[in-house]
Amino acid sequence: MDIQYVYTKKRSEFGRQVHFTDRSVEIIADIQPNPELIKEYISRNPVEVAVQNAREFSEHWVNTVRFETENRGINHVEGGWPKDVNPLEPDQTSRFRKKTEKEDGYGRAILSLGQSIEHTIRQNNAIDIYENYFEHLEPDVVEEAPYAKTINIYRDPHNIRRTANHISWYADGPRKLAVSYCNLEFQSATSDSFIDSYIWDIENPTKPELYLKPISPLVCIEFNPKDTHQLAGGCYNGQVCIFDTRKGSTAVEQSLIENSHRDPAYKTVWLQSKSGTEFFSASTDGKVLWWDTRKLSEPVETLILDIEKKGRLENALGAMSLEYEPTLPTKFMVGTEQGRIISCNRKGKNDAEKIGSVFPGHWGPVYALQRHPNFTKNFLSVGDWTVRIWSEELRDDCIMWTKPSMHALTDAQWSPTRSSIFYTSKMDGTLDVWDILFKQNEPTLSIQVVDEPLHCLRVQETQGRLIACGSQNGTVTLVEVSDNLCVQGKSEKALVTGMFDRETRRAKILEARVRAKRDARAKSAQGEKGEKATGEVAPGETELREADPIEKAEKDFWKIIEEEKRKRDRKVVADDEKPAAETGAVIEEEGAATTTA
Amino acid sequence: MTQAEVDDTLKRIQEHKGVQGYLIINSDGIPIRSSLDASVTQQYAALIKSLSDKARSTIREMDPSNELLFFRMRTKKHEILVAPDKEYTMIVLQATDAS
Repeated sequence: MDIQYVYTKKRSEFGRQVHFTDRSVEIIADIQPNPELIKEYISRNPVEVAVQNAREFSEHWVNTVRFETENRGINHVEGGWPKDVNPLEPDQTSRFRKKTEKEDGYGRAILSLGQSIEHTIRQNNAIDIYENYFEHLEPDVVEEAPYAKTINIYRDPHNIRRTANHISWYADGPRKLAVSYCNLEFQSATSDSFIDSYIWDIENPTKPELYLKPISPLVCIEFNPKDTHQLAGGCYNGQVCIFDTRKGSTAVEQSLIENSHRDPAYKTVWLQSKSGTEFFSASTDGKVLWWDTRKLSEPVETLILDIEKKGRLENALGAMSLEYEPTLPTKFMVGTEQGRIISCNRKGKNDAEKIGSVFPGHWGPVYALQRHPNFTKNFLSVGDWTVRIWSEELRDDCIMWTKPSMHALTDAQWSPTRSSIFYTSKMDGTLDVWDILFKQNEPTLSIQVVDEPLHCLRVQETQGRLIACGSQNGTVTLVEVSDNLCVQGKSEKALVTGMFDRETRRAKILEARVRAKRDARAKSAQGEKGEKATGEVAPGETELREADPIEKAEKDFWKIIEEEKRKRDRKVVADDEKPAAETGAVIEEEGAATTTA
Repeated sequence: MTQAEVDDTLKRIQEHKGVQGYLIINSDGIPIRSSLDASVTQQYAALIKSLSDKARSTIREMDPSNELLFFRMRTKKHEILVAPDKEYTMIVLQATDAS
């Protein structure tokens, strides 16, 4: 029903005082009751109505503006001496001391103080009141859900957003982080004039402790484990450089551009050496170069990553990741842009000997590669949306892998303390914790660290409790994981060994079967050629037919379809002839009865 | 109260188990006698002096008739025993894991 009443008024009368006047009653609308509608009413009994007699509250969040703080210190100098004594003159100070010692109250005071001090010393030696009585007991393993919390966020103070590409922990305790910032997007780095990277003190997220000013943006940075003041960086233009935190922001040493990489130096790794001055670097130009900080003008050694072992640079695979385990000083591994993983030995006399086994790897660049800290035979690699775990014994296939993730994986690292755990970072900004003993099909814990893609992660080595994650916009987030993610269980190591062994064995058996099949096929193919000549049918032929499963499946499929069709046709016919069939059945029955009788 | 007696006391303190060193400072915080090296002595003298002054004033504040006689600080590496007096303060460092 549409009830409306229109009235008109001049514009000039708008807002004027209104005059009310009496007027006769006028019906504008008359709605007659509809008795039909009453039937549609349903009375509700009982009626439940909630009433609240309290004030309503709502919850709101707001992010306050970040408060910038700064640390300052004051240096005190020696003072407090009487006016006539110069603290820098040993004669005067010692004379003053002698004089004090001869003073009247001195001896008495010292004797009484000595007594009380001695009393306390004796007390301390008699009983250790702070003794922990149950130290040797194993702490109870509390079953609690694993968790992680964000401790600190280090934002790139500069306005131009750059990706935090690589993080390195200070080698001497979890105090500092070196982070390399570089825009790796194709051809977008040219306008980027800001190329500094930073060293952060983990306690102070407001300001970097040190700015590192390289000649070209740093793609990676690594603290020297032997000399904690030294850092090796790989630049976007292929040069490698050395920083010394004692000597300021600029690089103290850098390689000559003509002797450096032709592509960004994606990884630099310090070598285990007596002098602690050697490191090596890898780049997508297909070369691995060894350097010595004492003579950085040219590389000590060069390796071209040509897996055909002909040493041709045009066939070389570009290196994306490097793996080096200090306990295996001559070995190293390279993850390539093409997906292969190359295991190398530096001891080899020439390039061909240095390149050892090649693993098929991934269907895309290998972003991370790391040996297991406890079982160096096994290593993990990241690429093509999966994490794969490999065994050195098996060159054709990995022993374990995760299912492809929804978002691309960018980095992974084993937990340094727990054998069964590794961490992965993803493009959707989550950090995943995988416990292969607990669940293999999905991560044990997934932490949404930031809302933008995460690009790298680094676990603090000694405790394995802190994880630094670098994001696309240059934010580094420090995450702390719960105790049960970093304290190794009693039988964990044995279980993980068992698991790796079992998986290796399984993969080996599968490999052997595939090989046997392939051999049989090759043999039968040869056999067939022979048969054609002799015209004899051998058992090999049936095997060959089996070998073409698609054709067989297709045949089977059509056979089933045909059968079904025929069945349906027959059914239709049977339905049509039902009455006739029934009488027939009766007759048949009768017939049967007569025969039985 | 001879010099010898004082030396004796200090020597005895030094010989107790776990004692790493002692120092005696005057009310101005000047180290009078110390068994530690110069820079460590300097630091302890300056820092402990201000701490003990603060402690003394805290005690007085709470009860004006009270007096700080002794305090010790347990740290991860050692225990610092401080015996303040009107004129002089004696500080002893004792290793906690003496056993």
